[in-house]
Amino acid sequence: MTSVTITVNGQSRSGDVEGRTLLSTFLRDQLTLTGTHVGCDTSQCGACVVHVDGEAVKACSVLAADVDGAEITTIEGMANADGSLGVIQQAFQDHHGLQCGFCTPGMVMSAAALLKENPKPTEAEVRHYLEGNICRCTGYHNIVKAIMAASGQDVAPPMAAE
Amino acid sequence: MPKDGGIGASSKRREDVRFLTGRGRYTDDINLNNQTYAWFLRSEVAHGTINAIDTSAAEAMDGVVKVFTARDFEGVGGVPCGWQVTDRFGNPMKEPKHPVLAEGKVRHVGDPIAVVVAESEAQARDAAEAIAVDITELPAVMDMKAALADGATKVHDDLDDNLCYDWGFVEENREAVDAAIAEAAHVTTLELTNNRLVANPMEPRVAVGDFNPGTEDYTLYTTSQNPHVIRLLMGAFVLGIPEHKLRVIAPDVGGGFGSKIYHYAEEAFVTFASAQVRRPVKWTSTRSEAFISDAHGRDHVTKIELAMDADHNFTALRCDTYANMGAYLSTFAPSIPTWLHGTLLAGNYRTPLIYTNVKAVFTTTTPVDAYRGAGRPEATFQLERVIDKAARELGVDPAELRRKNFIKPEEFPYQTPVAVVYDTGNYHATLDKGLEMAGVDTFEARCAESAANGKLRGLGIAHFIEACGIAPSNLVGQLGARAGLYESATVRVNATGSISVMTGSHSHGQGHETAFPQVVAEMLGIDEGMVEVVHGDTANTPMGMGTYGSRSIAVGGSAMVRATEKIINKAKKIAAHLLEASEADIELADGQFSVAGTDKSVAWGDVTLAAYVPHNYPLEDIEPGLEETAFYDPSNFTYPSGAYICEVEVDPDTGKVEVLGFTAADDFGNVINPMIVEGQVHGGVAQGIGQALLENCAYDENGQLLSGSYMDYTMPRADDLPMFEVDHSCITPCTHNPLGVKGCGEAGAIGSPPAVVNAVIDALHRGGHTHVTHIDMPLTPSRVWAAINGQ
Ligand code: FES
Ligand code: FES
Repeated sequence: MTSVTITVNGQSRSGDVEGRTLLSTFLRDQLTLTGTHVGCDTSQCGACVVHVDGEAVKACSVLAADVDGAEITTIEGMANADGSLGVIQQAFQDHHGLQCGFCTPGMVMSAAALLKENPKPTEAEVRHYLEGNICRCTGYHNIVKAIMAASGQDVAPPMAAE
Repeated sequence: MPKDGGIGASSKRREDVRFLTGRGRYTDDINLNNQTYAWFLRSEVAHGTINAIDTSAAEAMDGVVKVFTARDFEGVGGVPCGWQVTDRFGNPMKEPKHPVLAEGKVRHVGDPIAVVVAESEAQARDAAEAIAVDITELPAVMDMKAALADGATKVHDDLDDNLCYDWGFVEENREAVDAAIAEAAHVTTLELTNNRLVANPMEPRVAVGDFNPGTEDYTLYTTSQNPHVIRLLMGAFVLGIPEHKLRVIAPDVGGGFGSKIYHYAEEAFVTFASAQVRRPVKWTSTRSEAFISDAHGRDHVTKIELAMDADHNFTALRCDTYANMGAYLSTFAPSIPTWLHGTLLAGNYRTPLIYTNVKAVFTTTTPVDAYRGAGRPEATFQLERVIDKAARELGVDPAELRRKNFIKPEEFPYQTPVAVVYDTGNYHATLDKGLEMAGVDTFEARCAESAANGKLRGLGIAHFIEACGIAPSNLVGQLGARAGLYESATVRVNATGSISVMTGSHSHGQGHETAFPQVVAEMLGIDEGMVEVVHGDTANTPMGMGTYGSRSIAVGGSAMVRATEKIINKAKKIAAHLLEASEADIELADGQFSVAGTDKSVAWGDVTLAAYVPHNYPLEDIEPGLEETAFYDPSNFTYPSGAYICEVEVDPDTGKVEVLGFTAADDFGNVINPMIVEGQVHGGVAQGIGQALLENCAYDENGQLLSGSYMDYTMPRADDLPMFEVDHSCITPCTHNPLGVKGCGEAGAIGSPPAVVNAVIDALHRGGHTHVTHIDMPLTPSRVWAAINGQ
């Protein structure tokens, strides 16, 4: 067992982990931050994306012991200080960018990383960036729209009845 | 003006807030005090005899609580099948036992042999690796036709052969269809495979069993689309636990697409094991495990023949299908290639004579069951492909050939030759709408652009029908269902006027928490924020059949309407008393009860308060309280339909297909929340494009799964797909449910695969590769390239 201390969403948290314990397991099982999801065991689906020292990282591909001392942001840390939805989260709700919600934490974390490095991406750039995030529900249409909208670009609102 | 609430409004989803902030509560987020962890040791071979299982080393390992094998399940039932098909000779299908843990034989890669329950998941996994299993491998049974040959290796030794059933429908039409085909002016024949798929909801299955030694009650938390069905199947058939001692909770569920309908061995295991070890037992599937243990979908091999007269009117259709059941019968497996497939073979057309023969076959593969659409995609694919091929052979426009044979708008209700009666539809309208939206009049110009870049552009049309909302219980009972297919709702009005709706439907992404309140709020004229939906827990919802078959709003919504009508009736009696008026004069609008023709009124909240504080109340006539339950059993299926149009570009040098545009013009009847409906279509279309171009569940000849992870099974990703053009403005309301709704959950996955394949064939023909008449899905670059190059 190794002792690990990380700063998660601004709070210092510690725990003892086995050498093989993944960051995703540590977050979910020991720190009870269950917003980070695990959808695969081959680092393909992106449901587990978190930010480690400002970079988007698949938490299932990192050992907890290796991030000792890191600053980590998870989906639980993405709302505004007053608890309201952050810009990307709000855009996902406004544009119906989620259905079952399982891929959503990873999608939001990836979108945040994308917009940090490319504040006004094209649709093609958004689609390309999401290569590592699988969603089975939405067909990506509304996820792409949500991210474009979160970047301040014009997209049509969801269709409303007459 | 867009509505800002009620029926027809694109209300934002209230459930999103918890999902977007990491506060959802999925089954794997549940950890119980003193919980143990289960790890399944699964067969690595497709077929074999188990000679011995030595668990002694595993039992001695750190943290191990108990190791289970089939021996611990003596006296426990097998995993039951929920549908019995009768073959064309009047005999019941063959129904081999599906043990919770393998008894003496393993029959597919992934068949569970033993389970370790330990203090941690890591310890359980380590110990499972220490179990020694001595297996004599037997030949795998993979090819369906070979599996039916004389002398083929049997999957189940106690059966005569590998044939589950040989089904004919409509059996009386068999000879007439053959005669019509023999006499026809033109017959188009197509042999095709509907590729095996894995549903792959992003949340893997999870089950937590919790036996309470004090009360002897069991609770199962599980990733299910239908907790009551699991309670019934597992309680009554596997473990013998009566319903009142068994609570099944399906909390937030991360997608299902059919794969979470069925009762699985792992659910029975954790429930049973929890009582044995007197502690909660949790199992979380890995994705690798999901690929070999979640029921697969599709896997039909079909020959279809379409006969036409000299005027190109369809005169007869014959379909011969081999349907893969896998090693055991999953919950609804036998119904998929039969009743959910054969009854849809009329499609949108006036074909007078139809016969289908289906041979269901046991193989040494993971069980196969419903996946989004279930039988209807298979029917639609064959039909829409063979019609396209016919149009090409006859040299006519594929849209025209369809129009010519469409059931006409004035012909509804329409009795098909395959038992079902379509209540409403207007296929000409949806086809016209789809073609217009897809910009077919400027398509030739786009072809020229592609040609200038060395690419081939193609346009594919498909028009589908599906039967949803399954369905009248007495009818499905006759067809072999071992369950009723009604839905239930309890509308509980609280004293201050807020409402809890307890529904037997289950949301795993469909947005019930938002859409259902829109209906109740509209009926009562109150704010939808006052209505909350409760679902997914057998302890606090009435017995319901759950969500699949696009049935939630059509059947579950109808139950909710009926219960709300009862509420309104009773509330009017209370209002009449409070207003000292006759009940017949009471009107309800905008949350106010008023006396017709007067200015006397009483607010919703005053009536609800009177129901629970009945000081001034007609106690001699009605009981206090305001809570009503309704069970709704539909009188027919619903029949959504639509035109799906796909535009592709094929690179003839590499065979790569790019989907450039996809249009869906659907008739879903009335629509409650357009935003949610469109999202359902997007997701379904993405899965259909996935089936057509990317996804394939492939085994080698030894029964090893070749596509057992996301490294090998090609899930559609964001950059594989275009933006979709979707429309649902062609509306012919369903005539037999109170909302006039038809359901939209599966349409996208049903209509899209033939549209995509038709588009690719069109592109190849336009490029001069006229020798290509069909390519089996998925249309990967290598398959398309091989077809172009005659290989
Ligand atoms: S769980 Fe990390 S990529 Fe799938
Ligand atoms: S919303 Fe269900 S997987 Fe993306």
